[in-house]
Amino acid sequence: MRAAAWHDWLTAEAPGSARQARLAEAYRLLRAFARHRAGMTGLVIVLLLVAAAILAPLLARFSPSAQDLALRLKPPDAVHWLGTDELSRDIFSRLLYGARVTLGIVALVTAISAPLGLAIGCTAGYAGGILDAGLMRLTDVFLSLPRLILALALVAALGPGIGNAALAMALVAWPPYARVARAETLALRGSDFIAAARLAGASPARIVLRHIMPLCLASVIVRVSLDMAGVILIAAGLGFLGLGAQPPTPEWGAMIAAGRRYMLDQWWVAAMPGLAIAVASLGFNLLGDGLRDVLDPKQR
Amino acid sequence: MSAALLEIAELRLGFGGDRPFEALSGVGFTMGRERLGIVGESGSGKSLTGRSILRLPPPGAVMSARRLSFDGIDLLTAGEDALRALRGRRIGLVLQDPRFSLNPVMAVGRQIAEAYRAHGRAGAREAREKALAMLEAVRIREPGRVFDLYPHQISGGMGQRVMIAMMLAPGPDLLIADEPTSALDVTVAIDVLSILDEEVSRRGMGLVFISHDLDLVAGFCDRVLVMERGRIVESCEAAALESAEHPYTRRLLASRPRRRAS
Amino acid sequence: MIEASALTARFGATTAVDQVSFTVADGEAFGVVGESGSGKSTLLRVLAGLHEDWSGRLVVAGAARVAGRGGAMSGAVQMVFQDPYGSLHPRHSVDRALGEPLAIHRIGDAAARIAAALAAVGLERAQRFRYPHQLSGGQRQRVAIARALILEPKLVLLDEPTSALDVTVQAEILSLLRRLRRERGLTYVLVSHNLAIVAELCDRVAVMREGRFVEELSAAALAAGEARHPYTQELLRASRGYRRQR
Repeated sequence: MRAAAWHDWLTAEAPGSARQARLAEAYRLLRAFARHRAGMTGLVIVLLLVAAAILAPLLARFSPSAQDLALRLKPPDAVHWLGTDELSRDIFSRLLYGARVTLGIVALVTAISAPLGLAIGCTAGYAGGILDAGLMRLTDVFLSLPRLILALALVAALGPGIGNAALAMALVAWPPYARVARAETLALRGSDFIAAARLAGASPARIVLRHIMPLCLASVIVRVSLDMAGVILIAAGLGFLGLGAQPPTPEWGAMIAAGRRYMLDQWWVAAMPGLAIAVASLGFNLLGDGLRDVLDPKQR
Repeated sequence: MSAALLEIAELRLGFGGDRPFEALSGVGFTMGRERLGIVGESGSGKSLTGRSILRLPPPGAVMSARRLSFDGIDLLTAGEDALRALRGRRIGLVLQDPRFSLNPVMAVGRQIAEAYRAHGRAGAREAREKALAMLEAVRIREPGRVFDLYPHQISGGMGQRVMIAMMLAPGPDLLIADEPTSALDVTVAIDVLSILDEEVSRRGMGLVFISHDLDLVAGFCDRVLVMERGRIVESCEAAALESAEHPYTRRLLASRPRRRAS
Repeated sequence: MIEASALTARFGATTAVDQVSFTVADGEAFGVVGESGSGKSTLLRVLAGLHEDWSGRLVVAGAARVAGRGGAMSGAVQMVFQDPYGSLHPRHSVDRALGEPLAIHRIGDAAARIAAALAAVGLERAQRFRYPHQLSGGQRQRVAIARALILEPKLVLLDEPTSALDVTVQAEILSLLRRLRRERGLTYVLVSHNLAIVAELCDRVAVMREGRFVEELSAAALAAGEARHPYTQELLRASRGYRRQR
C-alpha cells in the first residue's frame, strides 16, 4: 500500500539524502502535532476559517451588500441563517466575506511584523553592545505604548482603510517578537555549536541567519499564533471605531459597532460577528498551544 | 550474613507511549546492613533501581515486582502514608547535584532542622541544636555561620555535605546514594566520601551506592552489582571484582584509562 | 606551534588566567589538568580565539594573536567540546554540520570529503543524514571530531572531550584521538580534570590552579607519581581513589 510505503520511507533509520532527512523531521513533527488534541482543534477551526474565506462566493447565499429593505433586522431563519442586519443584508454572507478581511489583515500583519521582529531581535542579541542597546531601546519605546492606542494614532495619521490598519498593527506587533528572539539568541550565543561555527570561519551574518534564526523560529511562531487572537481583536477594535475597513466592506468589528444599537431586541446583529471573533481567536490560541508543545526544543 | 534489610525480586519498570520499552527487566537482589554498590553506564537502569526502592518511579513509568520489601515491610502493598513515613525517616536518598536537591529559598541549617522536625522527632530549639551538631559531624567549619547560608552561597562540596547531613538527621536504616560525588572535584569528592564512610560505619546503616565509576564503587562497598540495559549481569564481592568473568564487566574493567608506564 | 607568555585572561571582574607562560611544540600533545575554577577552560578558549578579554603575548600556528574582537577565523585551529549534546546544532544533520566548514572556505568535492571524514572517525555512511538527537553521545562526539578535522587543522584543542561519555565509550574515543594524532601529525592541547586521561593521551602536562601553572611535568613522570608541587601530589593522591577505613 502506498501510504505504508511512504511512512516507512519517512521513518527510515538511516535517511539516504538530505531531502529525505528534512522530510522525515517534518513528518515527525506533524505526527507529534496530530497527537495534541487542543492543537488539532485549533487547526481545524483555523482551516475552516480559511476555507470560509476562500469559498465565500460559493457558500454565501446573498451578496454581502445586497439589500432588501423589507427584510430589515430579521431574526435567524431558514433563508437568512444568521438573520439580517440594520440595512437588511444577510449576516451569514457578511460574516463569510468578513472572514476574508480578517484573515487578510492577520496575514498582512504577520508577514510584516514577524520577520521584522525576528531580524531585529536576533541581530540585537548576537551583536551585543551599542547595537543591542539601541535596538532594545527602540523596542522599549514601542512596547511602552498601549497597542490599540498606538494603532489608532497611526491610522489616524495615515487615514482609515484596511491597508493602513494592517500597517499600523504590524508596527505595533513586532516588539514582543523582537524580545522573544533576542532572549533566545542570548541563550544560544554561548553554545558550543556556535563556537564551533565561529572556529570554522563563519561570519556573524552567516551565524545569525543559518544557525540562530532557525532556532528562534519556533518560539516566534508560537508567539505569533498566540498573538493572532489579539490582532483579530485589535482589527475588530479599529473596525469598531470606523478606522479599519470602510463601508460597505464587511468587517467583523464594524459589524459589532453597527449592531450595538440593536443589542437588546435584535441581539444577533452584534452577537454573530462577536461569536465569529471569539471562535477565530480561540482557534488561533489553541493552534498556538499545540505548536508550542510540539516545537519546544526542550522536549526533543 | 546480616538479616535482610532489603529484598527485591523480579523488579520491572516500563515506559509506554509512542515507543514502549522496558527500562528494568527483572532486577532482584537482597541486602543486609552492608554496602552494596550498583555500577552501570547510562541506560543501565541503576538510578531507576534506586528510585524504585523508594517506590518513586518517574512520571509515565509503570513499576511491578514479585517482591519488594524493606525490613520486613512489604512496599508493594503499602499505602502512600506508610511509604511517606518510610521515605526520609528510614530510607534516605542523596542525589548528585545539591543545587537541584536543596531548597533554594531556605537556609541550609533550617533544611536540616526541618528534617528533624518533619519526622516528629524534635521541637524547634532541639532541632536547631541537632542540625548544628550534624553540620559539625559532616566536618563543616563554623557551623553557626553556615547554618544561615543559602544553597547558592555554598560550594558544591559543602552542598553535598549538607545533603548528607539532612538525609542522616532522622537516623535512617538505609541510605541510597546516587552518584553522590560525580559532580564534585576529585579532592572534594575524597572528603565527602570519607564523611559518608565514617557515618555509615558509625551508624551501622545499609548503603546502596550507585555510580558509573567502577573503581570507586569497588573501593567503597562490600558487594558490587553490575547492571547493563536493565538487568543485573554480575554480582560479586568487591574484592573479587578483578577476577569477574562476565564480558560486560571485563569491558568496564578494561575501559579504565591506564597510566602509561614510564 | 604555540608560544604564550604572561597570558592573562579575565572573566568580568575575575582573573581566570593569571600570567601563564608556556610553549607547545609541533606535533606535541600538551595536557592541562585542574579542578573547577582553575581557569583551564578559559585558557583553551583564549587559544581558540573565542575569548576576547586577554592580554600578554600569544603566537599560535605561526600567527601572532591580537587581543580584542577578531574577524572571521581561518580554520587552522579547531576545538572539540565537552558536551556532545551541545556541540552540534540541533537542527543540522551530520552532513550539513560537516559540509558547512567546507562551504565557508569554498572547498570543493564536499561529498567525498564528508564520506572520508565519517570513515576516519569510525562512523558508518548510514549516519550521514541523521540529526543529532538520533545519535548516541559517543556518535555525536565522533561527529564533533570529524567536524574539527575536516578543514585539516594543525592544532586541535580538546576541552574534556570524554567527561560526558560513558566509560566504555570514553575508552574508544580516547583511542580514536590517539590514532588520529599519530596518523595526521596533529598537535593537541587537552584540558581535563582527570589525571589518568591526561597522562594517557599527552606527552607533557601542566597542572593549573586558580589561574596559574603550578607545575609542568612529563606524562611519564606524572604516571610514575613523581610530582614536586604539593598540589600536584594532592591531586595524584585524590585520583588514586578513596580507600575506606575499615
